[in-house]
Amino acid sequence: MKTYFIELSYLLASIFFILGLKGLSHPETAKRGMHLAEFGMLMAIIGTLMHHEIVTYTWILAGLAVGSVIGLAMGLWVPMTAMPQRTALSHAFGAFAAALVGISEFYRVYSTGGHLEKITMGALGFEVMLGALTTTGSLLAFAKLQGLVRGTPMTYKGQNIFNMALLAVTIGIFGYLVVFPGSMPLFFTMVGLAFIFGLLLVMPIGSADMPVVMSLLNSYAGLASAATGFVLSNKVLIIAGTLDGFSGFILSILMCRAMNRSMTNVLFGAFGSATTAATGGEQHGTMREVGLEDIATQLAYANKVVFVPGYGLATAQAQHAVRELADVLEKRGVTVKYGIHPVAGRMPGHMNVLLAEANVPYSSLYELEQINPEFPSTDVAVVIGANDVVNPDARDNPGSPIAGMPILEVDRSKSVVVLKRGQGKGFSGLENPLFFKPVTGMLYGDAKDTLTRLVQAVQHA
Amino acid sequence: MSSDALISALYVFALAAFLGYQVISRVPPLLHTPLMSATNAISGISLVGSIVTAGARYNTVSTILGFIAVVCSTTNVVGGFVITDRMLKMFKRKEIAKKE
Repeated sequence: MKTYFIELSYLLASIFFILGLKGLSHPETAKRGMHLAEFGMLMAIIGTLMHHEIVTYTWILAGLAVGSVIGLAMGLWVPMTAMPQRTALSHAFGAFAAALVGISEFYRVYSTGGHLEKITMGALGFEVMLGALTTTGSLLAFAKLQGLVRGTPMTYKGQNIFNMALLAVTIGIFGYLVVFPGSMPLFFTMVGLAFIFGLLLVMPIGSADMPVVMSLLNSYAGLASAATGFVLSNKVLIIAGTLDGFSGFILSILMCRAMNRSMTNVLFGAFGSATTAATGGEQHGTMREVGLEDIATQLAYANKVVFVPGYGLATAQAQHAVRELADVLEKRGVTVKYGIHPVAGRMPGHMNVLLAEANVPYSSLYELEQINPEFPSTDVAVVIGANDVVNPDARDNPGSPIAGMPILEVDRSKSVVVLKRGQGKGFSGLENPLFFKPVTGMLYGDAKDTLTRLVQAVQHA
Repeated sequence: MSSDALISALYVFALAAFLGYQVISRVPPLLHTPLMSATNAISGISLVGSIVTAGARYNTVSTILGFIAVVCSTTNVVGGFVITDRMLKMFKRKEIAKKE
């Protein structure tokens, strides 16, 4: 009877999870969907607490309490600008939990002289390997995003060959363990190698490629959970893990497409390092610096203004300042829209969340395909801390390292203003011909500060 | 795991993958960040595995590993759902956003 109740709670949880994700297809239905998913989770946890193998609740309750406190603290206080870091950390936690459950299961069986079937060992191996490499990979991604480690790719000669060799050895041990299970030293060697491989996998990947890496780690963490489901013969784990795994997988494909690059290229190309940047070609001409007052007048008398935010918006914490500027412009009858590139920022959808936080209605946020036809009728396009996503070389210069990447075609608008911290090159180290076009004016300085001063200037215009 | 159990698990996996593809392709880029944190919270369901490991008293090692796993997954479940709710509350329609 109890078993039926547990299984029923899992079935309900699975259904609620799917309904929850379905709700995410629109902002209006998303909140209700999430409440369903939360309810499903609660059911599954209550059901599990009745599991017949549980003899003591001390450690369970302690773990639930500690985890809830940490989770609540992170959930309530992490600023929206730090969302990529938080997400990386939670991938690490999820994957680590999966790895630990797998290790514990292996240890339990073999320390009591038991035996795992080949199929179970195969699933367990997957679970532990994916879990381990995702843990360290996500931690390194977290360190890069948080600025604890340099965000530039770390490369050395023969890196790819070394990584491949290490992966081959790990998989070799895994294969051996499936056929001849039982060697504890070999098992722990495999776990250790997987932990190391996670670090090596993320090391050569630069911060600008983080949206892909985040999605990929998301996918691995989910698949590790799904593998746990195979080991424990638990269907809700398989379903939830697979949904997570596929969500990450779909996102990484979308991100790769938005950069016109293959997954292999992102993972092994060490993009953004000095060697690739050298092929960028020299630019001639000068950048035209413009005055704040001129821009304010241009904005104040424009019909349509499009803001194009990039990661610089997040670092400068300028999302509220943009909204204020948009407000004064709209009050004057100017149409204001926002053009969001899929890979702007450090994780999928990063810019949308930041602007939503600043109270920008989601109906003003436009995707790449929607906004591009509008640039020719735009009076002023304001680029805030974005670079590669507006680089016309991607469209015009087939020799460019980012050739073919879909861009926001701001250079087609009547006038472009670029808010930039300094004269330096962007993250990828590529020259951006947009900055040299006659239509473009450069405004240097901290984005938040510049925008605040623009608000005042527009009010007086 | 018997081969029957494996087959039924594979069925669940394949159907969940198919369903996941259908459902998640419909999520607009606008909501990709909440999607990631929501799927993260949901896959914190590995908590159910961790709970059994922590409470079954198989041996000391398993209990310790189970306890850490419970902490990690609970952090994900609670943190993931709280933060997803927080983000989704920020997405407002035009009229509502103007009032605030």
